[in-house]
Amino acid sequence: MTILSPHEFYSDPAWHGFSGKAVPKPGAAERTARPLTPRRLGPGGHLFGPVLVLAIWELASLTGLLSPRLLAAPSTAVVTGYDLMIDGVLQQHFLASAERAYLGLAIGVALGLILALIAGLTRLGEATIDGLVQIKRAIPTLALIPLAILWLGIGETMKIALIVTSVLVPVYINTHAALRGIDLRYVELARTVGLSRAQFIRRVALPGALPGFFTGLRLAVTMCWTALVVLEQINTTEGIGYLMNRARDYGQTDVIVVGLVVYAVLGLVSDSAVRWWERRALAYRKVIGS
Amino acid sequence: MTLLRLETTESIARPVAVALDGLARGFGRRPILDGITLSIRAGEFVALIGRSGSGKSTLLRALARLDDDAERSGSLDVPAKSSVLFQDARLLPWARVLDNVMLGLQASDARTRALKLLADVGLAGREAAWPETLSGGEKQRVALARSLAQAPELLLADEPFGALDALTRLRMHALLFQLIGKYKPTVLLVTHDVDEALTLADRVLVMEDGRIVLDRTVDLPHPRRASDGRHENLRRSLLAALGVYA
Ligand SMILES: Nc1ncnc2c1ncn2[C@@H]1O[C@H](COP(=O)(O)OP(=O)(O)OP(=O)(O)O)[C@@H](O)[C@H]1O
Ligand SMILES: [Mg+2]
Repeated sequence: MTILSPHEFYSDPAWHGFSGKAVPKPGAAERTARPLTPRRLGPGGHLFGPVLVLAIWELASLTGLLSPRLLAAPSTAVVTGYDLMIDGVLQQHFLASAERAYLGLAIGVALGLILALIAGLTRLGEATIDGLVQIKRAIPTLALIPLAILWLGIGETMKIALIVTSVLVPVYINTHAALRGIDLRYVELARTVGLSRAQFIRRVALPGALPGFFTGLRLAVTMCWTALVVLEQINTTEGIGYLMNRARDYGQTDVIVVGLVVYAVLGLVSDSAVRWWERRALAYRKVIGS
Repeated sequence: MTLLRLETTESIARPVAVALDGLARGFGRRPILDGITLSIRAGEFVALIGRSGSGKSTLLRALARLDDDAERSGSLDVPAKSSVLFQDARLLPWARVLDNVMLGLQASDARTRALKLLADVGLAGREAAWPETLSGGEKQRVALARSLAQAPELLLADEPFGALDALTRLRMHALLFQLIGKYKPTVLLVTHDVDEALTLADRVLVMEDGRIVLDRTVDLPHPRRASDGRHENLRRSLLAALGVYA
């Protein structure tokens, strides 16, 4: 039900048999057997690409191939980031952004979950909610900005409301699909042991839908920041998005790079946090693999 | 041995636990069960054999009231408390072994009861294990514990040992026999295996095209041996009813 990242896919122990790390045997015949799949990356192996790009980028800046007016050197960005942190400017903007993003995330995830449960467990809910969410899914969040401004003004409410509506969708879609996809054999079992509806929801439906919920949550944690970049161009003097836009006006490409790094780090950290939580909550699936 | 005989005779005087009268089931106008009339007495162990597609599972699901998608006619009288043992152990993968056994238990002593049954099936100490860490035989033992924890008057089992290897299956026969002796539910066991039926059951039904075509009492003492002449005769007649002439 969950989509594995390439890393998870290849780290599946099922592959280990093909990893080419077989016990060495004498005789050339055995040795020539070539693995069909690439060998596993060691720890940190995924950093190779990013580090390579960084090195080329720094080199291009040093040699003057890359003008700082187009893109600041990574080393310059590091210094700028450090300075911004010493001044407390970066923290201030970061906190403003984080507050919006995570408030919107919390409300949106809760709402998406509740809607998915209502739609997944009741007929009336399915009839009422599912179509609406599918329509919302077809409309890009940013296309709602004009209406949202007319209804909610240009303040914080509008920004958070838009984050809520965007993160709600993946949580709803994945949780709902998982609820709908619960193995009918378990439903049958629930009937034979005489579970009440409430017990069925608690013992079977919710745990069965949990993997889907986590898939949605992983999409949502990155999505809440994506929406923010655009939203922070509207009537605000705080936030990473604002910081980057102002830097564009002044041609400070180093500040823009700092902003991008903040987004990247946040995305990676949030995703790892959700995956850590997921591993714990779905511990029963890991038992054989790990 | 005499004692066991007495018990068999005595069982004939027991009240009727399951009564079917002209029970018919069909799917999309295609008849699957064709007017089955049958009664099973309380505490009787009945095995149901028959070719694939003859309607055994359909009958069992009717008794378990799991067939609301079927066209139905005829009458059906089963105890209120019944439980089902499926071919796949059907444990909830997200619930630990003990929680699986406790599933659906309401009483305040649910936990004690579940622990006792886990001990009965030889899995004391595995309460906190995840189902996926158990072997096929162990999973089926947990499922057996869960079924019996319901304190069923009627235990319905649909090829519960079909997926197990021969050796494990023999052990499960002994375990099932022992626990049925202890908790004394009425049992309907669907199986493909004539020997399984003859090892365990008081009575064997043979089903063909949605009808019971043979109904034989197995009046042999336990433990049963295939070398017994009457056992061999029964076996032949059951196989013949299944269209196998050995
Ligand atoms: N839900 C259903 N919808 C349509 N047809 C069904 C349904 N359930 C069973 N049948 C049909 O009923 C017939 C009897 O099926 P059943 O499962 O009772 O056989 P069985 O005796 O248990 O066979 P096996 O030994 O292979 O398990 C089959 O032809 C099957 O296709
Ligand atoms: Mg069957």
